[in-house]
Amino acid sequence: MPERIIVPFGPQHPVLPEPIHIDLVLEDENVVDAIPSIGYIHRGLEQLVQKREYTEYVYVAERICGICSFIHALCYCQGVEHIMKIEVPDRARYLRTIWSEYSRIHSHLLWLGLFADGMGFENLFMRSWQLRESVLDVLEDTTGGRVIQGSCKVGGVRRDIGQEKLDEIHRSLDLFDQQCRGLGDVFLNDDTVKYRLKGLGVISKDEAYDLGAAGPTARGSGVAMDHRETGYAAYGDLGFKPVVETTGDCYARCAVRVKEVYASIDLIRRAIEEMPEGPIDVKVKGTPDGEYFSRAEQPRGEVIHYLKGDGSKHLARARIRTPTLANIPPLVKMLPGIQLADVPIVVLSIDPCIGCMER
Amino acid sequence: MGIFQMTKTVLRNLAGGPATRQYPAVPARSCSLTRGHIVFDPSSCRSCSLCVKRCPCEAIRLDKEAKVWEIDRMRCIACGDCVEGCPFGSLTMEQSYHPPVTEHVVERYTITYVKPERPAKKPAEESTKEEGVGESA
Repeated sequence: MPERIIVPFGPQHPVLPEPIHIDLVLEDENVVDAIPSIGYIHRGLEQLVQKREYTEYVYVAERICGICSFIHALCYCQGVEHIMKIEVPDRARYLRTIWSEYSRIHSHLLWLGLFADGMGFENLFMRSWQLRESVLDVLEDTTGGRVIQGSCKVGGVRRDIGQEKLDEIHRSLDLFDQQCRGLGDVFLNDDTVKYRLKGLGVISKDEAYDLGAAGPTARGSGVAMDHRETGYAAYGDLGFKPVVETTGDCYARCAVRVKEVYASIDLIRRAIEEMPEGPIDVKVKGTPDGEYFSRAEQPRGEVIHYLKGDGSKHLARARIRTPTLANIPPLVKMLPGIQLADVPIVVLSIDPCIGCMER
Repeated sequence: MGIFQMTKTVLRNLAGGPATRQYPAVPARSCSLTRGHIVFDPSSCRSCSLCVKRCPCEAIRLDKEAKVWEIDRMRCIACGDCVEGCPFGSLTMEQSYHPPVTEHVVERYTITYVKPERPAKKPAEESTKEEGVGESA
């Protein structure tokens, strides 16, 4: 029997944009066990809820993560609105959907780029980020911020998109769709990518479900769970079917994200076509008193904001469960049995967002 | 077959020139909504301190007696809440980003607004002030 050694992976590693540490137990080149440890960038944002007014905490919620910023703010606002029984105007719901979907596209394109970089496919990496730039331009044109949009507020949204701009976005989607399909074609059909990803880091449907996988990690294994199906924001009006792959390997998780980009473009198109007229916010009076589990679908999976108000202008408690935390147990299950050289790709395939996870 | 899938894109990109720009030699892309930095107009500020109350990160300070308005650029997140809340239009959002600094300096302005002494204008002013205060509560 070969001797077992432990190789530390992270917290600083070329494929990791953020710090997570995994102790890899190796037998020769093969991983037999993985022990994760987290806690490098804890910022205490949940505690901050007791020091910031509930309307101001939207800015904090948005800064939990730089990629799913809008959806964090949306999830928080939904929670407070539910506690305070505020009915959000239809137009605001549609605008929230459009911005959520643009956030999802930009997150997936960022991840596809990083994933290609992890594989050593530099051209594909640059192409993904080139396309992502056009998404960021649309976000900046409509909200004023490329990454931190600052457009969601309790009771609606802060900015409207004019009809002219909506038409312009709608027109630009055709070209963008075509470009994304060209990019997705490489990820789905290129032999280099297939050889690198197929059969790597497999997790079965039952295991993914039992270990509580979220988002594309679960859907790549055939668990058809997408919180958008429950119809928050305007998803209920638009109708939505989750993208599911069944093989459960890195290729399936990559394919889910590529196809979700197409699905998001379609959702934005339909949201613009069905955009109702009307106000974009309602006046918020009073303070939140009560508790609620607010859920939303982030690019990485389902995020949960548990909010509890005690009738004062500060919330008493906020607890945030982010999808990366849910995806760590499946990751630990994926790693044994693969080779050391494949570890970076498998770790990247769950799209780890440590900033989200540690808050 | 699935090889050379990228060739077309690579050739197009080779002919198309760089996708990025040489910032700061070439100015960054901005649009009418871009939240760059806050600009303060000391000649129209009436020291209502609504901006101080609205600021989520305590970047703005106001000394009503000394008539001094301060902004800490390192704390400011350019959310634009103060601009939305200012009833007198003293705060505006500029599209250009604030240049990087090497020292932590708080920008300080002396408010130069003088209340006009024409009695005919007084009631109108007071009513606008009251409205502004009502909104914040």
